[in-house]
Amino acid sequence: MPISLTNDMMRQIIMDHYSNPINKHQPADASFIKVHMHSDNCIDDLDIFLQIKNDIVTDACFDGVACTISTASTDIMCDLLKGKTNKEAEYIIDQFHHMMHEQPFDGEVLEEALAFINTSKQAARVRCASIGYLAAQEILKGNK
Amino acid sequence: MGYNVDSIRKQFPMLDESKKMQGHSLVYLDNSSTTFKPQCVIDAISSYYTDLTANAHRGDYDLLYRMDVEVLNTRKAVARFVNCDVGEVIFTSGTTMSLNQVAYGYGLKHLSKGDEIVISEEEHASNVLPWFEVAKKTGAIIKFVPLTESGIITENNLRSVMSNKTKIVSLAHVGNVLGNIHNVSMMARVAHEYGAIISIDGAQSVPHLKTDFKSWDIDFLSFSAHKMCGPTGIGCLIGKANLLTEMDPLISGGGNNVDFHIDGSVEYLPAPAKFEAGTQNLSGIVGFRTAIEFIESIGIDNIHKHDREMAEYAMEKMKNIDDIIIYNKEAKNGIITFNRKDVFAQDEATLLNSKGIAVRSGQHCAKILDNFLKCKATVRISTYLYTNKADIDRFVDVLLEGGDILDAYFSN
Repeated sequence: MPISLTNDMMRQIIMDHYSNPINKHQPADASFIKVHMHSDNCIDDLDIFLQIKNDIVTDACFDGVACTISTASTDIMCDLLKGKTNKEAEYIIDQFHHMMHEQPFDGEVLEEALAFINTSKQAARVRCASIGYLAAQEILKGNK
Repeated sequence: MGYNVDSIRKQFPMLDESKKMQGHSLVYLDNSSTTFKPQCVIDAISSYYTDLTANAHRGDYDLLYRMDVEVLNTRKAVARFVNCDVGEVIFTSGTTMSLNQVAYGYGLKHLSKGDEIVISEEEHASNVLPWFEVAKKTGAIIKFVPLTESGIITENNLRSVMSNKTKIVSLAHVGNVLGNIHNVSMMARVAHEYGAIISIDGAQSVPHLKTDFKSWDIDFLSFSAHKMCGPTGIGCLIGKANLLTEMDPLISGGGNNVDFHIDGSVEYLPAPAKFEAGTQNLSGIVGFRTAIEFIESIGIDNIHKHDREMAEYAMEKMKNIDDIIIYNKEAKNGIITFNRKDVFAQDEATLLNSKGIAVRSGQHCAKILDNFLKCKATVRISTYLYTNKADIDRFVDVLLEGGDILDAYFSN
């Protein structure tokens, strides 16, 4: 994934994941760990589910009420985390938070999540873009 | 002399062209949430710290005496503004504290198991949650007045939930989501007929409409200064003198008692001092009076007329935009609640933010209204005495342009 995404490409990525969030559904079985997240300043009210086996995120999904930004961002995050070791997943999450807060970050691992690079321009929406990552972080921390 | 919105605007530093949001000059349409302050109010707040600093009710030197006079003068200004007696004015931190004072100080003391409290689905959280708590503690039951399709509380609807078990009716004069102006004197008359007391949440009405505590025969009235060009952290509870005598203070401490003893006995001061324990928000009290005088200098009826004109101007334009759903076409108090079809309220607000336009999205602290509006969140604009047609035009232009939330991310 090149770091030089054009604005149009970024828009397209976000709209695709908002219109058709393939990871937005209830988990298949009870083997998933759930964390509930909500936002003080947005409608976002989400459950995030990770399935972790032998320190590997084997599956990820989410469900609930979510705005455009949180839907697309959480959907992309689920794609990113699937198949990663816990450590790799934590690294990706850290890089995303760095990007949100305009700190240096490793763009190589963020792939489509780079579409959210402009979120800091709309400070009130950083929470929306980050909500899934915050939930996943909590699950991974609790799983250590 | 006509209403001169330009000269009014010049008095508000926040409306200066130099104030930018997202690189645009600011259009502020969130006045139900809080209002900007004119320079005279800012100067008055500052004067407390530069010229008047002293506590009140605490001693014998000149500065203290001057502060006591300042506090009394604000009490007199409030009494004049809402038509009540000076001794009926209690200073609080704002509407939320005032409503909590009524719920815990009056409700908790007077309610028993099976008694009923009447509120509506439109109430702000601060007129719902204290009653939930008090109901839990006392075993009282909460009843919701049914609203008409346009959100009005009719006499028949109110009567339909009243009974001889109803002890307290607590309703907003103007709802903060739909902006309907309810008939307070009717509500008071019905409440009293059943032997209940009536508490009115005036947060959205007192800043916009002539309020008449006495002739409307209200028992309690709550409002905040910051929604009427005054400072944050100061507001009022107005209460009928006999009820203030019956009510317990929400908080106790210095300044609200005559005497207390090791055996636990306390003699409280009479109202209003009974309810004003601790050092009061004195800079706020000084600024509050200036805000009232500022509003009086323009005239509350003129402000109400201007609010309506601005809201009607916006409503006319918004009605013609295809994908805009307006939830309160009938409301007459400067509040318009809407959504764009298939767009999350927060996403619309972000788009407006990116153009320098401040609007509120969400549930506006009235979360139980979603049963009624059948949607999770709405966008709300609310006007005030300094809103002009240019503000509305800029706002409507964004609605007309359409676009989506992602414009906010990728527009520059």
